[in-house]
Amino acid sequence: MIEIRNVTKRYGERVAVEDLTFTVRPGIVTGFLGPNGAGKSTTMRMMLGLDAPTSGTATVNGKDYRDLQAPLHEIGAMLEARAIHTGRSAYNHLLAMAQTHGIGRRRVEEVIDLVGLSHVAKQRVGGFSLGMGQRLGIASALLGDPAAVILDEPANGLDPEGILWIRNLLRSLAAEGRTVFLSSHLMSEMALTAEHLVVVGKGRLIADTSVAEIVAQASDDSVVHVKSPDATALREVLLGAGASVSSDQRGALDVRGLGHERIGELAAARSIVLHELTPKTVSLEEAFMRLTGDAVEFHATTPDQPRLEVAA
Amino acid sequence: MSAAVAPTRPEAPSIRGRVTQMNVIRSEWTKLWSLRSTRYTLLAAVIAMAGLGIAIAIAQMTRWSQLDQHDLSTFDSIDIGVSGYHVAQLAIGVLGVLVISGEYSTGMIRSSFMAVPKRLPVFWAKLAVFCAVTFVTMLVATFVSFFVVQAIVTQHGQQHSLGDPHALRAVLGVPLFLTALAAMSVSLGALVRNTAGGIALWVFLLFVLPGITAILPHATADSINPYLPLNAGATIVTSTFDFGTHLSPWCGLGVFAVYTVIAIVAAAVGLVRRDA
Repeated sequence: MIEIRNVTKRYGERVAVEDLTFTVRPGIVTGFLGPNGAGKSTTMRMMLGLDAPTSGTATVNGKDYRDLQAPLHEIGAMLEARAIHTGRSAYNHLLAMAQTHGIGRRRVEEVIDLVGLSHVAKQRVGGFSLGMGQRLGIASALLGDPAAVILDEPANGLDPEGILWIRNLLRSLAAEGRTVFLSSHLMSEMALTAEHLVVVGKGRLIADTSVAEIVAQASDDSVVHVKSPDATALREVLLGAGASVSSDQRGALDVRGLGHERIGELAAARSIVLHELTPKTVSLEEAFMRLTGDAVEFHATTPDQPRLEVAA
Repeated sequence: MSAAVAPTRPEAPSIRGRVTQMNVIRSEWTKLWSLRSTRYTLLAAVIAMAGLGIAIAIAQMTRWSQLDQHDLSTFDSIDIGVSGYHVAQLAIGVLGVLVISGEYSTGMIRSSFMAVPKRLPVFWAKLAVFCAVTFVTMLVATFVSFFVVQAIVTQHGQQHSLGDPHALRAVLGVPLFLTALAAMSVSLGALVRNTAGGIALWVFLLFVLPGITAILPHATADSINPYLPLNAGATIVTSTFDFGTHLSPWCGLGVFAVYTVIAIVAAAVGLVRRDA
């Protein structure tokens, strides 16, 4: 259980996090989502006692991180920027970390095997690829067999196989009853891994809800894509049934306000041939962009364009 | 606590531990020896400390007949026996800064502080490990240098024994001075948190400051100079100082120790207060 209560962090004039409050519960994967510069890493650093909040409290199992007697057993963390001396071997890095808690060499070898780094464990970390570095970071996080795991952008630099591996690893950690908290800007990845989402923008809380709920909210006005050789007639029928219809292509309609079942029935009743009838589920990506649309710090200017339709 | 949070997880008592100062010292011991740069720099310090005096002694003996009256009257085999400290102090100082600045430059410091969130145990352990290693290696190297030098200068009857005035004090003074220097440089590294900056500050305080006092009026400079860090600290390792312009050996080492303590306290306060 990790609790953030009314946390504000200022660096000089700049406010990185403002009055943030949320709880990370055990037994599920909680995703921490937000555009670049939203304050995700700062928040994680405060959870880990690396940065002190300007005001408010961040606690782990009810305690300030700095008061933990054996932090590696309570929280294992991997921060986005590598936090490993490049001149040391993976084995010696993990051994030095383990020794602070009196954890034995056997556990060091265990986590090296677990992340699949056995063949390079004696090599200097400086020569590691991004993916190997991530795996070592995850090994460090799991070293103390912690009750909670905090990972900043864990999928960064991993190949598809590695991403699948970490997705399964995180799920199994949560299934064992652990608290799993991870940040990512890969929304599609989050949809597959996380159950609960904490969304921040410009240092403020935007949403604290389940993944399903966010998608449901965002898809209230979801779209059904219809293709028909007799689109003009179908359009009249659908408008008559109270839908709103737009078209950006000959023979294709985007229908709002009617379910795909109802559209199919209406077409059948009028004997209108359909070539396509596709409900467009709103993806987490799109839901996220709607939520944070106002809170993106670094906006790319784009010309007016039709709304993104990304299938989940 | 963890059992309540994760009831389904089997406890694995074999890997349960907690942070203690002794555990952190073990960790820092591993960290120190698992870096190639540390091992080479320490080796360089040992070779310099043991070898420089021997090289000087051999050179002086081979051209003994060409030495003039002044050279002969100031020849002191105790000073030659410990002269390696001039080079060893550079290696120890640079390595001391690196011991902690290297963690800041690579981000390792965040791992260290996540494992030991009270932070100060990490700093005490770094000081303890590096100072102990410095003291032991430099003690051995100084003894080797001293005795080999005495054996070499015997050919012209210049040898001293440890029982002679100043001899034991200078020989023990080298590891003591270099150990204090080690603690000071670790502290400067922690204060500046950057390798280049830490080494620059260290060079400035020890080697540049004495040059700067030269611009002051003579009387002022003369009263300040004995208290500058290196002038004070080096008294302990020198048998032939003119004590009119220097502090007495133990008083000098004491002054140097005071500077070291100031640096340690400043670094400790900074470590606890600043974001990592």
